Amino acid sequence: MTDALGRVRSALVLGGGSEIALATLDRLAIRGLRRAVLLGRRPEVMREAARELASNDVEVITLPFDADAVDTHQAVIADAFARYGDFDLVLMTFGTLGDQATFESDPAAAGHAAITNYAGAVSSGMAAGVSLRAQGHGSLVVLSSVAGQRPRRDNYVYGSAKAGLDAFARGLGEALHGTGAHVMVVRPGFVRTKMTAGMKPRVFAQTADQVAASIVKGLDGGASVVWAPAPLRLMFMVLNILPQSIFRRLKA
Amino acid sequence: MAGGWCSTRPPSITSGRSDAQGRIVAGGGASLSALIAPAIAAGWFLPVTPGTRHVTVGGAIASDVHGKNHHRDGTITQHVESITLLFPSGETRAVTPESDAELFWATAGGMGLTGIILEARIRLTPAPTRFITVDTYRTRNLDQTMSLMTEYDVRTRYSVSWIDLVTTGAQLGRGVLTCGDHAPLDALTPGTRDDARQWKPRPAPPVPPVFPSQVVNRLTSRLFNEAWFRKAPAERLGELMPLETFFYPLDIVDRWNRVYGPRGFVQWQCVLPFGEEARLRRIVEAFVAGPVPAALAVLKRFGAANPGPLSFPLPGWTLAVDLPAARGDTLAAFLDGLDRGVVEGGGRIYLSKDARMRPEWLDVMYPRLDEWRAVQSRVDPSGRLTSDLDRRLGITAHASARVHGHGTRTTGDAG
Repeated sequence: MTDALGRVRSALVLGGGSEIALATLDRLAIRGLRRAVLLGRRPEVMREAARELASNDVEVITLPFDADAVDTHQAVIADAFARYGDFDLVLMTFGTLGDQATFESDPAAAGHAAITNYAGAVSSGMAAGVSLRAQGHGSLVVLSSVAGQRPRRDNYVYGSAKAGLDAFARGLGEALHGTGAHVMVVRPGFVRTKMTAGMKPRVFAQTADQVAASIVKGLDGGASVVWAPAPLRLMFMVLNILPQSIFRRLKA
Repeated sequence: MAGGWCSTRPPSITSGRSDAQGRIVAGGGASLSALIAPAIAAGWFLPVTPGTRHVTVGGAIASDVHGKNHHRDGTITQHVESITLLFPSGETRAVTPESDAELFWATAGGMGLTGIILEARIRLTPAPTRFITVDTYRTRNLDQTMSLMTEYDVRTRYSVSWIDLVTTGAQLGRGVLTCGDHAPLDALTPGTRDDARQWKPRPAPPVPPVFPSQVVNRLTSRLFNEAWFRKAPAERLGELMPLETFFYPLDIVDRWNRVYGPRGFVQWQCVLPFGEEARLRRIVEAFVAGPVPAALAVLKRFGAANPGPLSFPLPGWTLAVDLPAARGDTLAAFLDGLDRGVVEGGGRIYLSKDARMRPEWLDVMYPRLDEWRAVQSRVDPSGRLTSDLDRRLGITAHASARVHGHGTRTTGDAG
C-alpha cells in the first residue's frame, strides 16, 4: 500500500530482465520497497537482479512470462496479483528493438517484433488494468519511446509499435481515471543498455539509471507522461512540426 | 479507501439526552460535536475529547482517543459502558467489559477491525458551565517545559503544552503550557451566568480550496511559532475560556488542512515511557534541525495505560507533530529514523495518526498484537474486515500474511 509520502512498497515487473526496470527497483529499494515480483523470460538475469535487490532487504519473486503469448497474459497477471498482491506499481518494460535491416529481408521477424512490442503489451496492459481497477490503487508505468513520435527510416517497425503502445497506454489511463489506479507513460530517448549496445548514441543519450530517476520523479508527482530526459519534450514539439524534407536530413 | 467495500457511515442517531447519571447513547456515526450542546445544557461534557470535535463516536473508540485529561481520566473507551458491534457474520451484539472483556478492549484502539461500531453508551463528565478556567505559562526551554508539566499536571484535570519545534539554541523546546478545569458557575460574571450552559459554536469560515502548496514552509512556520509564543502571556492564572477555544483551537477555521496545499500534511505522534526524557530531547532536536519544518507540535504527559492491546497511550511523554507532506522522500527517511529511536526507547507510534510507518515496527511497538489478532480472528475468521491502514501495516492476521511476504527472500520458480 503506497503511503502518504508516496513510497512504493510492492512492485510487479513485466519484463523483469529490463535494465530500466531493475534500475527503477534499485531506486525504490532505497526508499522502502519490500517486494518485487519479476515476470520475464530470462530467469538467469532476473535471479542475478534478485540477489542485488535482496541484499537491500527486498523480497524478490521471479515467475515465467512470455510477452508474445497474449493468450496467457490475463491468467499469469491475475495469478501474480492473487498470490503476491497488492501492487503499488506495475512496471511494463518488456520489448525488443530488433534490427531494421533484418526486418526488411525478413518480414515475419518484423511481425513478431510488433507482436512483442505492441500486441503483447496491449494484452498484458489490459490484464494489469483489470487487476489495478479491482485493487483500487496503484500505478501502471508503460515504457514507450520517442521512436514512436515521428517515424524514421532506420527504426520505423519499432517506432510504429511504440506509437501504438503509447496511444494505448494513454487511452488505458483515461479508462482507469477515477478508479484509484493511474497510468504513466514514459518516453525515453536513446538509452545506453544491452539493447542498444554497439549503436551510435543519439542526442540526450541516457543511462538506465537516469531513466529510472525520471520514472521515480514522475511517480512522485503523479505525472501521466514523462520524457526522459525532460528536454526531449520540447525537442519533439519542434521535430514534429518540421517539414518532412528537413526532418529526413536530420542526423540527431 | 483503496478497493473493496466501504461501509456507509454508521447511524448518527443520538437523542442527545443524557440520563440522570450523565450517560448518553449515540450512534457510531454521530460526531462528538453533536453531543456537546445537549450535554452542556444538562450539566455534562464529553469525558474525553481529542483536539478536534469533528470525529465520530465510532472513530473515537476505534482510535481509543485521548485528550488533555489523559493523565487523570484515561482514554475515551474507559468511559464507555457498552459498544454495539456489527460483525462480518451479520450478527449484531452489544459488548461490555463484563460480557466480553477481550473483545471490548480489542475494540478500543482496534482501528475498526473488530466490527462496525453501530452504537455506544458513554458516561459523560460533570461540567457546570461551558467555560474552562485556564492557567497559562510560557516556558523558556525544553527543560522548563517538561519540569513545569510534571509539577502542574497533578493540579488540574486538563493539561497540554504547545511546543516550538522551529527555534534553536538556548530557547530550544520553549513552549506554552495550558492547564484547565471546568469553571464553576460562581466563577462567571453575572452577565455570562445566564447562558453558561448554552453552547453554540460559531460557524467557522472555511479556508479557500486554492492554497498553493508551499504556504507552510520554514519561514511561515517560524512566523507562526513566533506569533503563538508571543501571544501567550508569561503567566496568566484563572482566565475564563469558552470550551471550544480551549479544546479546539484549530477548529476556528473550517478545513484548516487546506493550508498545506494539495499534497497535504502528515502527522507523527509518538509516546516514550517516563525515564526516556533524554531520547525525547534528541527527537525535539532532530525536528528543529530536520528537513521539513514542523508547523505545529504538542507535548503531553500520559497517565496509566488501559487494558486495550492496541491502545496507544502508556505512561510517558507523547509528542504530536504536524508536517507538510513536501519532499516526501526525505521526510520518509527522516521519520523512519525517528521511529527507530522511539522503538529503541520502548515507545510507539499512534496508529490513528500514521500514514507512512514501516510495517516491520508494528509488533515491536505493540507487543500484544498477537493477543489482539486472536480476538480479531474470532469475530472475523475469514479476514473480511480490512482497511488501507491494515493493508499497509498488516495489523490483522490476514493482512499481515500479505504484507510480510511468503517466507522466502528469493525464489527461482521461473522456467
